[in-house]
Amino acid sequence: MAESHPQSLLDALRPRLAAVAELDAGALEAEQIAVLGRKSGALTALLRSLATLPPEERRAVGAAANELRQAFEAAFVARSDALVSDAATATVAQRDLTMPGRRRWVGAEHPVTKVVDEICEIFHGLGFNRAVGPEAETEWMNFGALNFPADHPAMDMHDTFYLDVGGDARPGDGKAVLLRTHTSPVQIRTMMEGPPPYRVVIPGVVYRKDPFDPSHAPVFAQIEGLAVDEGISFVDLKGTLLHFARQFFSTSTKVRFRPSFFPFTEPSAEMDVSCDLCGGSGCSACKGTGWMEILGCGMVHPKVLENCGVDAERYTGFAFGMGPQRIAMQRYGIPDIRLLYEGDMRFLDQMGRAR
Amino acid sequence: MNVSRRWLEAFLRRPLESADVASRLAALGATVDAIEELHPGLGQVVVAVVREVRPHPNADRLRLCDVDDGSGTAWNVVCGAPNVTAGSKYPFAPVGATLPGGLTLEKRKIRGEVSEGMLCSARELGLGQEHDGILELTTEAAPGTPFLEVFDLADERLVVDVTPNRPDLLGHKGVVRELAFSFGTTFRLPAVPGSDGPAMPTPVRAGAEATTGGVRVAIEDPIGCPRFLGAVMRGVRVGASPEWLRARVEAVGMRSINNIVDATNCVMFELNQPMHAYDVARLKGPAVIARRARAGERLTTLDGTDRALAPSMTVIADADGAIGVAGVMGGAHSEVSPETTDLFLECAYFEPQGVRAARRQLGLSSEASYRFERGVDLWNGPEVLRRAVEIIQATAGGTLDGEPVDLFPQVSHPPRIFLRPSRVAQVLGVEVAWDAIERYLVAIGATVVSKPEDGRIAVDVPGWRPDLVAEIDLVEEVARLHGYDDFPTELRPFRVGDLPNAPSEGIDAAIRRGLVAEGLYEVQTLPLGPEDGPESVRLLNPLSAEEGFMRTALLPSLVRQVEGNWAAHTRDVRLFELGTVFLRGEAGMPPREERRVAGVLTGAREPAHWSSAGKSPDVDHWDLRALFEAAAALAYPASMVQVEGGEWVACAPGGRIVGRARALEADAPPWAAAVVGFEILVDAIPRSTPAFVALPVNPAVTRDLSLLVPAGATAADLGEAIRSAGGRLLEAVVVLDEYRGSGVPAGHRGLAFRLRYRAPDRTLRDKEVDASVTKVLKVLRERHGIELRAS
Repeated sequence: MAESHPQSLLDALRPRLAAVAELDAGALEAEQIAVLGRKSGALTALLRSLATLPPEERRAVGAAANELRQAFEAAFVARSDALVSDAATATVAQRDLTMPGRRRWVGAEHPVTKVVDEICEIFHGLGFNRAVGPEAETEWMNFGALNFPADHPAMDMHDTFYLDVGGDARPGDGKAVLLRTHTSPVQIRTMMEGPPPYRVVIPGVVYRKDPFDPSHAPVFAQIEGLAVDEGISFVDLKGTLLHFARQFFSTSTKVRFRPSFFPFTEPSAEMDVSCDLCGGSGCSACKGTGWMEILGCGMVHPKVLENCGVDAERYTGFAFGMGPQRIAMQRYGIPDIRLLYEGDMRFLDQMGRAR
Repeated sequence: MNVSRRWLEAFLRRPLESADVASRLAALGATVDAIEELHPGLGQVVVAVVREVRPHPNADRLRLCDVDDGSGTAWNVVCGAPNVTAGSKYPFAPVGATLPGGLTLEKRKIRGEVSEGMLCSARELGLGQEHDGILELTTEAAPGTPFLEVFDLADERLVVDVTPNRPDLLGHKGVVRELAFSFGTTFRLPAVPGSDGPAMPTPVRAGAEATTGGVRVAIEDPIGCPRFLGAVMRGVRVGASPEWLRARVEAVGMRSINNIVDATNCVMFELNQPMHAYDVARLKGPAVIARRARAGERLTTLDGTDRALAPSMTVIADADGAIGVAGVMGGAHSEVSPETTDLFLECAYFEPQGVRAARRQLGLSSEASYRFERGVDLWNGPEVLRRAVEIIQATAGGTLDGEPVDLFPQVSHPPRIFLRPSRVAQVLGVEVAWDAIERYLVAIGATVVSKPEDGRIAVDVPGWRPDLVAEIDLVEEVARLHGYDDFPTELRPFRVGDLPNAPSEGIDAAIRRGLVAEGLYEVQTLPLGPEDGPESVRLLNPLSAEEGFMRTALLPSLVRQVEGNWAAHTRDVRLFELGTVFLRGEAGMPPREERRVAGVLTGAREPAHWSSAGKSPDVDHWDLRALFEAAAALAYPASMVQVEGGEWVACAPGGRIVGRARALEADAPPWAAAVVGFEILVDAIPRSTPAFVALPVNPAVTRDLSLLVPAGATAADLGEAIRSAGGRLLEAVVVLDEYRGSGVPAGHRGLAFRLRYRAPDRTLRDKEVDASVTKVLKVLRERHGIELRAS
C-alpha cells in the first residue's frame, strides 16, 4: 500500500464523493468510517502520510487532499440531514391524525355568575361600583326603610321567609329578622354610609317563599342599581338603561317603559326590551309580543332618601332591579329554572361552552 | 281584576278591540295578563225552526223533530226536552259543532233513530243553569242566522294585573277613566235597562246613629268603620236576574245568584265598592250596628262555616249578635233568600288594615276583602247606593222605605296636595307645560284648585285614589299620562360615586377564576335545608320540613349534587360553590353570615385517553390536598394547610381552623369512585399585591438524597430539618419519591428529596454544595437517626 502514489489514491476517492448522496443510513456510516475514520479512514491515512512526501509534492497533494476532505465532510452532513428528514416524513405519514388529542378537565363559572358579571361590568363602565350586603335582614331594612307601608297589600308581592332568632321580635314589628326579599336593603346601607353621589350595582341572593316550579325558585339572584345625585332625573334613568340594554343585548335593541308600582320608587316603571330572538316580530320566547320584560325601575322615592338622611329636595336618583336567572334562561333558552340549581355536569358543561 | 270588554263599551259608548284595550292599559300601567273569549263554543250555533215534532217510536220521553237551519236540508233531530214545539225557534248545534262544555256533535243513533245535531238548553250553551228544557228564542231572525249575531253575547274577559296602589282599577269605572283619557273621550255609567234613571233621594247625613225604614243603624267602632250608608227597600221580588245583569256578572267570572246579589256584585265590579243586602225580616231589632266582635262571639259565614270571632275584628251585628265580618263576608242567617221581600242595603267603608287583619286571621279572602284592603272610595257611598237602588228597582221592583242614612261621625275630605312644576322638571328631567299638567290631573279626576302662583298648584285628589298622598305621587301621574316613552332617553353627564367596589366581590371573582382553572364547575345550591348543626337557624315559616333551616355548611348540598349526577350516570364530577352560611347569633339579632367556598371531586383524574388504553386513575387524597392548598391560597391566603386528626385543615395565623379537606360519605352506586372535598372560610381582607422578585441569572445545582426513614418521621419534619441545615445556598427542597419494599427494613420507608442550590451572584462550585450536603446528612444522622439509603 505504501507504494500507491498519493495522487492516484486521491483520484480513486473522488468518484466515491458523488456516491455519498445515494447511501442509506448504514452504508453512510460505513463510508464515513472508511473515508474519514480516525483510525483507518483512507483519506485520514493519506493526510497522515503527507509528512513523508517531499515538500513541493506535499504542498500540491496536501491542498487537494484537504479540499477533498472538506467536500466529503459536507456531503456526509448533507446526506445525514436528508436521511433524518426522510425518516420524519415517513413517521408522520404513518400517524393517524384523526385520533383524539389528550384533553384535561375544564371548569366553568355558573351561567348566572356569567350573566351577573356581564351586567355589573356594563354598569361599571357607567361609573357604578359593586356593593353587597347581608342576606338576613330586619324587617325595617327590607320593608320599612324602603317605604313599604306597614301591613299593606304591597307586602303580598313579597312572600317572606322569617327566621327564628329568639328574642321577642315578631313578624310585623319591624325588628323581626327575615331573609331579604330583594337586594334593595343594600341601597339603604349604601346611603347610610355617607353623602351622595351614589352610583352602585348590587348583585346578591334573595329569597321569596315560592315553591320551585319551572319559572320560580325560593332563592334566586338579583342585581339592583342605584344612582343618586343632584340633577338625576327620569331622563337619566331611561338613558342609562337603554345604554345597558344595547350593550347587553345588541346595538339595535329597542326598549319601552311601562308604568308600574314599587313602594320604594316613584315614578316606577317596567322596562321591556325588544325580543333578542325574533327582533320584535314575535316568537315563542316573547310569547308573540315581540317584547321581553327585563327589569323594574323608577325614581327613588323621596321617603327612602329621607329614611337614609339624604336631603330629598336637593338630591334625586333612580334605582333598578333585575333577575339574572330569568335573563340567563332567556339568553340560553333554558326551559326550567331548576336546571340552574341541580349541578348536573352535563348542563354545566353545555353552559360552560356558551358565550 | 276581570274586566268585560262589553261592559267597558257600555261606559264609553264605542266599540273596542280587546287587544287594543290591553295595549292602551299596559302603556298606562295596568298589564293585561290574558284575554279570554267568553262563549267560545257558540260560534257554530245557529237559530233554527222546528217544523214538525213526532213521537219517538222506541222511547216515550223522546221526540223526533224536523229542524230547518236555513241550509235547505231538514235535519232529523232526536230531542228529549218536554217543551219542544213545532213552529218555535231554538238554538241549534249542527253535526261538527263543539259546545262550550267541549262536546262535539256527531251524527248518531238514539234508540234506533238517527239524530243530526242538537237543540240546546241554556246550560248546554253555557248561558246559565237552566236545564228544564231547550231555550226557546223570541226573534225575528231567519233560520240559519248565527246565534251570536242575534243574541249579542260575544265578549272577552280581560284579566288585568292591578298593582296594589290602584284600587280604583278594581272597578270598571276606574278602568274606563284610563281608557277615556287614552281615547280622548268622555264616559258615563251605563244605562240600566228598565230604569227611568236614578231616583234615590240624597241620603241623610248623620253622626254615629240614625234610623231608616224602621231599622236602627249605628257605628260603635268608628275606627274600623268610619262611614256607613244604609237603605231599606220593601216589596222586592227576589228572582233570576235579567239577561243583561246575568251576562255582566258572569262576564267577570262571578256566578249569577239572584237579582239582588247580582245587583250588588254588579255595583262592586262597576264602582269598586262591595255592598251587602240583608233580609230585614231576619234582622233582630231590627238593627244594623258596626261594632267590635265580643269575646267568644261566633258566626256562621255565607260559606256555611262556623267561625270564632276575635275582639280585634269589626263586625256587623243586629240586636242579637254578629251577622257579618265587616268587609270580609256576611253571615248565612240574614242572607237574602227567595222569600225575602224587604232589604237592608249596606254600603260602608271599612278600614283597610282591620279588614286585612281579620281576613288573615280567619283565612278567608273574598272579592270584598280584596277591595277593602286596598282601599275603596270613602266619599263615594251616596253614588254607589243610588246605583244599587236603581238596579234593584229595575230588576226586582220594590220601593225605598224612608230616606237612606249616611253615618259619617268624623267627616273628612280627600287630601289637597301642592305640586310644584319645578319639582316635576327636577324629577322627570324635562319641563312639562302647565296646561299639560292640568290636563293630566283633570283626567285622573283631580280638581286643580289654583293656578301656578308661588310656583305651586293646589290639587284636590279624587277619593278613589288613596295612593295619591304626596307631591311625588302627582309627579308620577304626570309622567304616566304624559307617556314614559315620550320622555327623552339621554345619557347625560354624571358624577361617579366615591365608594369603591366591595372588596369581597373581587375576592369572589378571583376564587371563581382559580377553581375554574383547576377544572371545577361552579354550582349554586339552596341555602335552605335540613338542620345540619348545633348553630342552625330555623325558618319560622318554611316551605317544607326538608327546607326548614339555613345551612351552616356548603359541603352537604354539594354531596347531594354529586349524588344527583350519579343518578344521571355521570361518574366524573368536579364542583365548587361560593356561598353564604348562617350561624346562630345573639338572641333577637340576625344570624352571623360567613362566606365560604367548598369543592368536591370524584371520578377520573383526567379524561381517559387512548394512549393510556382508555384508563385514567381516579382522584385520590393527593389530588384533594393540592386542590385544597390552591383553594386555601385563594380564599384565605394567610392560612397554612396542616395535618390534624387524620385530615387536612387550613389554619389561620393564631391557630383558628378555617377550612377542612377530607373523604366524604355519600350514597354511592357500586360503580362510583370515592368522593373527596373541602370547605374553607373566605377571608374578607383585601388581598395583598404580589411583589416582584428578581429572576435568578446563575445556574442551579441539584443533589438527590435517598434516605432510609423510620416510622414516625414525617416528610414535613425532614424537609424542615434539611432546609434549616442546608444553609442560605439551599434554594428549595422537594419530595422526589417514596419507596417501600425489598431492601427497606420493616417499619421503614425510603424517601428521596431533591435539593436545589443556587448562589444569587455567581456560579456555584461543587465543593460548596458538597459541604452543605455533608452538613445536612450530619444533622439528619445525629438529630434524627436517619441515614442515606444504601443503593
